[in-house]
Amino acid sequence: MTHATAAAATGGGRPPASAAETLDPSLDTFPKLVVENARRFGGKVAVREKNLGIWQAYTWSQYLADARVIALGLASLGFARGDKTAIVGDNRPALYWTMLATQALGGVAVPLYQDSIEREMQFIVDHAEARFAVVEDQEQVDKLLHVRAQCPRLEYIIYDDPRGLRHYRNDCLLSLTELKARGEAFDRQHPGHVERELAAGRADDVAIFCYTSGTTGQPKGTMLTHRNLILTARNAAALEGLRPDDEVMAYLPVAWVGDHLFSYAQSVVVGFAINCPESQATVLQDLREIGPTYFFAPPRIWENLLTSVLIRVEDAWAPKRAMVRSLLEVARRIEQARLAHRTPRLRDRLLAPLGGLLVCGPLRDNLGMRRIRVAYTAGEAIGPELLEFYRSLGVNVKQVYGMTESSALIAIQRDGDVKRDTVGTPLPGVEIRIAESGEVLFRGPGMFRGYYKNDAATGQTIENGWVHTGDAGVLDRDGHLKIIDRARDVGRLSGGTLFAPKYLENKLKFSPFIKEAVCVGDGRPFVVALLNIDLAAVGNWAERRNLAYTSYTDLAQKPEVYELVREAVGRVNAGLAEDGELAGAQIRKFLLLHKELDADDQEITRTRKVRRGFIAQKYAALIEGLYSGVAHVNVEAQVTYEDGRVGTVRADVRIADMVVAGA
Amino acid sequence: MREPVHRAPLLEVDGISVRFGAVQALEGVSLTIGRGEIAAIIGPNGAGKTTLLNVISGFYHPSEGHIRFDGKDRTHLKPFEVAALGIARTFQNVALFKGMSVLDNIMTGRLLKMRGSFLLEGLYWGPAKRQELEHRAFVERIIDFLEIQAIRKTSAGRLPYGLQKRVELARALAAEPTFLLLDEPMAGMNLEEKEDMCRFILGVNDEFGTTIALIEHDMSVVMDISEHVIALDYGRKIADGTPDEVRANSAVIDAYLGVAHA
Repeated sequence: MTHATAAAATGGGRPPASAAETLDPSLDTFPKLVVENARRFGGKVAVREKNLGIWQAYTWSQYLADARVIALGLASLGFARGDKTAIVGDNRPALYWTMLATQALGGVAVPLYQDSIEREMQFIVDHAEARFAVVEDQEQVDKLLHVRAQCPRLEYIIYDDPRGLRHYRNDCLLSLTELKARGEAFDRQHPGHVERELAAGRADDVAIFCYTSGTTGQPKGTMLTHRNLILTARNAAALEGLRPDDEVMAYLPVAWVGDHLFSYAQSVVVGFAINCPESQATVLQDLREIGPTYFFAPPRIWENLLTSVLIRVEDAWAPKRAMVRSLLEVARRIEQARLAHRTPRLRDRLLAPLGGLLVCGPLRDNLGMRRIRVAYTAGEAIGPELLEFYRSLGVNVKQVYGMTESSALIAIQRDGDVKRDTVGTPLPGVEIRIAESGEVLFRGPGMFRGYYKNDAATGQTIENGWVHTGDAGVLDRDGHLKIIDRARDVGRLSGGTLFAPKYLENKLKFSPFIKEAVCVGDGRPFVVALLNIDLAAVGNWAERRNLAYTSYTDLAQKPEVYELVREAVGRVNAGLAEDGELAGAQIRKFLLLHKELDADDQEITRTRKVRRGFIAQKYAALIEGLYSGVAHVNVEAQVTYEDGRVGTVRADVRIADMVVAGA
Repeated sequence: MREPVHRAPLLEVDGISVRFGAVQALEGVSLTIGRGEIAAIIGPNGAGKTTLLNVISGFYHPSEGHIRFDGKDRTHLKPFEVAALGIARTFQNVALFKGMSVLDNIMTGRLLKMRGSFLLEGLYWGPAKRQELEHRAFVERIIDFLEIQAIRKTSAGRLPYGLQKRVELARALAAEPTFLLLDEPMAGMNLEEKEDMCRFILGVNDEFGTTIALIEHDMSVVMDISEHVIALDYGRKIADGTPDEVRANSAVIDAYLGVAHA
């Protein structure tokens, strides 16, 4: 890598392809970039936050000024280069500023999932050796105070929202306002402190520890440097033509590498504005008010939005319902033709403008997606049907592929070159190789430095300069990467048929009634599925049929609901029957789980990835029931509340048989 | 449970009796509620709890006895005069304007604070506009406090019961009361909604220093959040003290479990 070449590192300027790995040393850290942003467009909005019902805007100058005072406050408490700041809370401007403040002092930001239970928080704060924690509110303060005894290095807990904390008396507690006041005093005694520390920052300093949620074992602290993140952010931004006037919603967990790349790294590198919603519950309304031009969401959010749309379609007057369905179908056929580079049928082409006017346009507007130029689905594989649905509405949703260890991105679907079943081609500067075993390997500028204090895991993941993704995939004729599944999850049925659980689960989850699915089949005679119903969609369906229910468990075990889900599973089987190789992987039996899979119970990760090993163990009785031919199984499951208390849910779970669809 | 502390009296009820025809709803009830405390009024059905609340808020006038609020005699005030003193209440059966948005419902709680001419308000001009903005800002703080941002524009009638209760509390808070009367704030709620409501009640008391009297049936809630418990039975006060004292009181145990009276 050469450091000498100067390239336009900010703004929408496209660096030449060879510049994909070079950084201007005067702009090689995030704090330096923010100083530059404040100089170039100091009066432009950098962050908006909806507070007390009004969008409050902060410019790049304010971004810098706030981060600077926070940095001074931290410095007054003895923050030294290399110190870590744990950051916990929803997407609040102050928390993004704290990241910048930490990095300006040569420290490392350690964002945590705000819904982490105490045990998880304690592990990360202790493992990262954080001396400082900056958190949103009382909820997070309470959790940290509880685990403080087990985190001996944690010295200060600083909070943003003082509500409920007035009577707390603890030497380690400090409000952000107090911190800033200390910072201002410190500035007078030590003028130029932040500026000196900021200038001492280097591209290869670690910027952030992203603790991977990990579907197995304890979380690992992925170390990403300024170089990793800036180059990845810049290369992707150049590819998509992102501009300083773009608008983004910052609503996904700050601890997720995706939010960090889009809402922090790219915002700073390109200079576009991020918008923080009022609360988690208002995201959809806020989305509509902002109308972002650049949007990212994990498949779960796309699924939820689709479900909310379909519920409302079901509630509509019959002729209207028929119109919406038929015009959506027209849009879908046109999109299918476009993806296959075919010309759509004449009838569809004639109906398309009507569909756009009556259904697709209003729907897009209603979802707050009217202005979207670029949208990503990331974090997990998305069902092709889902992708097609949004694209047919006219929302430019593209799949991206990546992981924490790659600074979020490895491959992106290019505009005009989107295939339903691939995740696109490598990002500029990134190389992809498929190992003998079928595992996807990559190397490039976003490659992580290693796992903090875990050389064994680092050694297993990085081999000869290539990073093992743990995913099984293939490169097709056009160089597109196709991900099949987690490498270790792909197996074979005892009859030899290929079994890729994720692929089946995504097909199942396309049904609005199925929220979560876990397929089992490796080494077994046939495939079975454990399903979670979607309470909102099935509840609405039950209401329209005057079907009374008392709880999630009760609703899930209704024979009528089983029939409803049976139809959805039947459609998946029919689809599989058409696919020669996978016809044998049809779902023979399923059951509806009596409780929702929950991250607090460790059944899924905080980013909602199914933890198969854990589920196989926890629900062993149910899985045995599915293979033994009984009609129902009695189970008992533990539920963990957010405060760590544990309760038990008992239920009698019915098992449904499926008829296998013929080819 | 909360530590009892000595408090100056805010409300003093002295020998109140209320009679509806042949029914003696309250008979010689006396009690004192201290400034800044959370007091719970408990008792079996028909014990006279709601009647007591109605007497305090001026809906009913007692046939005997006196009420002193903030050191002054307030026995014979009308409800709007009581409200002007800084006493707000919620109702056992939710009483919201169902067709109005949550925001508008809460804004009605500010009515007593609004001054200005009808004409200027109609034109939304000058002091009327400034005043409207100030009230809206105050209401937004309550919305934030009670975490109901997501339903700000939803009409109240479409909300689930638990949320309607919360909106009602918001409207009561909009009047900036010094004394808040809550009639069964947690009736018909599930456990999670109850816990939320407890958190908000404690928060109101803590954040704004509001004195709160609530009627509640759920004993675990009462014991958790109140520092002063008053038990009524057949219109008479049978116990008055800390949660522990009242729980141990034999008359209360009898009233709740029922005893064979020969």
